[in-house]
Amino acid sequence: MKNKVGRELPEQIYGLKQYRPYEGLFVDPPTPVRMAGRTLRVGRPGANKVLASLEEAIEATGLSDGMTISFHHHFRDGDFVNKLVMTAIAAKGLKDITIATSSLNDCHDFLIDYIEDGTVTAIETSGLRGKLGAYLTKNPGKLKRPVIVRSHGGRARAIESGEVKIDVAFMGVPTCDRFGNATGREGKSACGALGYAMLDSRFAEQVVLVTDNLIEGYVFPYSIPHTDVNYIVPVEAIGDPAGIASGILKITKNPIQLLLAEQAAKVIEYSGYFKPGFSIQLGGGGSALAVGRFIREKMVKQNIKGGFGVGGVTGVFSNLLEEGFFEICYDTQTFDTTAIKSLKENPRHVEMSSSFYANPWSAGPIINNLDVVILGATEVDLDFNVNVITNSNGLLMGASGGHSDIAAASKLSIIVMPLIRGRLPMVRDRVQNIVTPGESVDVVVTDRGIAVNPRRQDLVDNLRKSGLKLMTIEELQALAHRYIGKPKEIALSSDDKDIVAVVEYRDGTLIDVIRKPL
Amino acid sequence: MKTIRKEASVGFVESNDALVTVRPNAAGQGVTVGLTSSVKRQYGEHLENLVLETVKAAGYTDVHVEVQDKGAWDYALQARVVAALNRGGAE
Repeated sequence: MKNKVGRELPEQIYGLKQYRPYEGLFVDPPTPVRMAGRTLRVGRPGANKVLASLEEAIEATGLSDGMTISFHHHFRDGDFVNKLVMTAIAAKGLKDITIATSSLNDCHDFLIDYIEDGTVTAIETSGLRGKLGAYLTKNPGKLKRPVIVRSHGGRARAIESGEVKIDVAFMGVPTCDRFGNATGREGKSACGALGYAMLDSRFAEQVVLVTDNLIEGYVFPYSIPHTDVNYIVPVEAIGDPAGIASGILKITKNPIQLLLAEQAAKVIEYSGYFKPGFSIQLGGGGSALAVGRFIREKMVKQNIKGGFGVGGVTGVFSNLLEEGFFEICYDTQTFDTTAIKSLKENPRHVEMSSSFYANPWSAGPIINNLDVVILGATEVDLDFNVNVITNSNGLLMGASGGHSDIAAASKLSIIVMPLIRGRLPMVRDRVQNIVTPGESVDVVVTDRGIAVNPRRQDLVDNLRKSGLKLMTIEELQALAHRYIGKPKEIALSSDDKDIVAVVEYRDGTLIDVIRKPL
Repeated sequence: MKTIRKEASVGFVESNDALVTVRPNAAGQGVTVGLTSSVKRQYGEHLENLVLETVKAAGYTDVHVEVQDKGAWDYALQARVVAALNRGGAE
């Protein structure tokens, strides 16, 4: 079958449901879908939820072969919980476990061992990197079905609709009371918002909290309520604080990133959306952070106060909030210690679940009201499709994240990337893999020029006054090729057994498959 | 045609640069190229041809050129090759 972005896809992929092809940005499901729910259980008065070990929790939940467990990625590259739990599961001799996690980082490379010994047989995630990403790309068939890559909003949709049924959610929480009320704002492993954990806790059949700060008092406000929590396991450490949150993320000194940021800020300024009350999402990437600085200058100069911000929140943004440049900010995951402090102390810094953030199957995630977003890309193509999941050699080394969600929902999506990385041109005839369809991408900002999606003639007209160097996407590509020549396409296996991952669009349709490079 | 007298290296294994090592080949063996590159899949053939042409244009033969490339652009690689040949041919 061929989908709307022109990808030829197999009708049936081993081990997976029959997919509908991607058909467009906002398409209703063919038949009405009801929200899924967990089995209800009777809580006994005075029951003690605190267990001595993860092994006990595995027994208590009845976790068994073939089940699905989930984790969140709020501890980023400092996460210990996934490994603690998987070690206990492997020690119990359980097999055929599906890991449905909100994302994976380099610290999860150890999963290779548990795939090799059959403990883990399926993975569903937003991101895949490091040795694990390379291993899975090079070894299709090690899992019983391809990895399912979902966006953050797409994962929320899949969980709420019952497409993903989590048997046991193992949620690391930085602070928790004996009832199971939990927060990420306090504790030695504080991570800030728990937006991904909030959703898993509400929908998983059973929830086990793993904490290194079980307190005798009461946790309030809480991100996870005790009504969702079956068991609590205290452990020595749930993560490495240095890997969980850095000190305030610094604005880059890289001149190319600064140039990109300055140009992107100018695009915003002249786009027609830079008005009192405008809303914005800035990611945690180097250029996006720097955009915050340039936008601040413009807001001061033109006396413009913004409405709301969304994220992935960094100290750069929480400082803008603190200074009164924005009224409120909605936060699913908090990237640095400055932002964590802000979440704790500033009532206008509001925690939200990943569903509130980006679930396309809801009355309206917050991003449906968003004006402007700055996004990165590993590569874009002549149709403005964006790849953020595979690198130029076809290896899984990125994350879908909220990319496709925000691009679709916002009024102005700006992709910021260098035109050439090393010796590789980043505007391709066809991107290796599509995560975000071009019809949701408005502007591509590079260090050599800016291309506006031709379907946004209104933006072209507005940006003419900016003095920015506007080019067509084809001209940008030709410019890169003039410097470094046109690269050869890398060869991919056409065998359907060599599909290593599928990329779901946020609505659960199939937008692309990732094939093993030859 | 010139030949080199000794092994010589120029450059760095750094982004957008290459470490180029030239070694004398046996007489009549001509120019041979060994390439490792971060962009070999995309530009391998182009880079090998570029090295061969650069050696020829500089007037050398019977030399092996070993290139460890990390995405050098053409002009950088050409310069490294010429410099390595000069260094290898020097008294």
